[in-house]
Amino acid sequence: MPILTLYNHLATYLVIGALLFGMGVYGIMTRRTLIGMLIAAELLLAGASVNFMAFNRFTAPDPALGQIFTLFIMAIAAAEAAIGLSIIVAFYRYYKSIDTEDAVHLKG
Amino acid sequence: MMKTLFTADGLVGLIFLFNLGVTIIGGLVACSAERLVRAVVGLVVCFVGVAGTYYFLNSPFIAMMHVLIYIGAVAVAISFAIMLAAPEEKKKRGPSGPLSGPAGLITALLLTSGLVTLAFKTEWTSFKKINDGTVKTIGIQLLTNHSMVFELISIVLLIAILGALVIARGGRGN
Repeated sequence: MPILTLYNHLATYLVIGALLFGMGVYGIMTRRTLIGMLIAAELLLAGASVNFMAFNRFTAPDPALGQIFTLFIMAIAAAEAAIGLSIIVAFYRYYKSIDTEDAVHLKG
Repeated sequence: MMKTLFTADGLVGLIFLFNLGVTIIGGLVACSAERLVRAVVGLVVCFVGVAGTYYFLNSPFIAMMHVLIYIGAVAVAISFAIMLAAPEEKKKRGPSGPLSGPAGLITALLLTSGLVTLAFKTEWTSFKKINDGTVKTIGIQLLTNHSMVFELISIVLLIAILGALVIARGGRGN
């Protein structure tokens, strides 16, 4: 009965983390708006956190360390979302758009 | 097969598979939905699944913090930003660059398959646990071993909030 005991293997969680990371990379490369790229960046950070928690549960000697690291990732992600969203709002006020192609003032 | 499904372990496995499906479907909606509001809802669904995954990894505290921070704060902030700054009528169509479309898909698939191969090919060695990893242990370690990082994170969050207020405030009233 291997499919019902999937939750007890390290590789399952590593695959979940890899899938979340891949979806984040796909979103960052194909989105044309800044908010869409920010959503994809949250997926990337979630994939990294799942990897940390998986190694924390299955291999690491200190099971508190991975949880602390995940808490720090959450704090940094919250700070990143706050700064990113305020930049997007300011960008929208200036260009009346959130399309990445419209940010051309610094283009040489 | 049906006999093992109706034991406690079998039900846990079934719930894990459901949770896995919720995570993957939410993530797919979040990275590929056409409208940004749908992408945010997909992100929320995906994060519910990720919180369930943390629960399966013996950390209900981190699962609760994940729901609190990501769904309660980050997703709400993103939907506010969509309401403030995402005009649906002025949307452009078509590819946005050389990496969008098939090239982006191929890159993401290559990266994912590489990581999956790495996860299966490597022999991971596990070590003996030196503590139990409860909330009490996390609190003690945060204020002893990792107190410097804890303080720095606090300063980073304070500066990020102040910076967000200053950046979003500029240009108001035009």
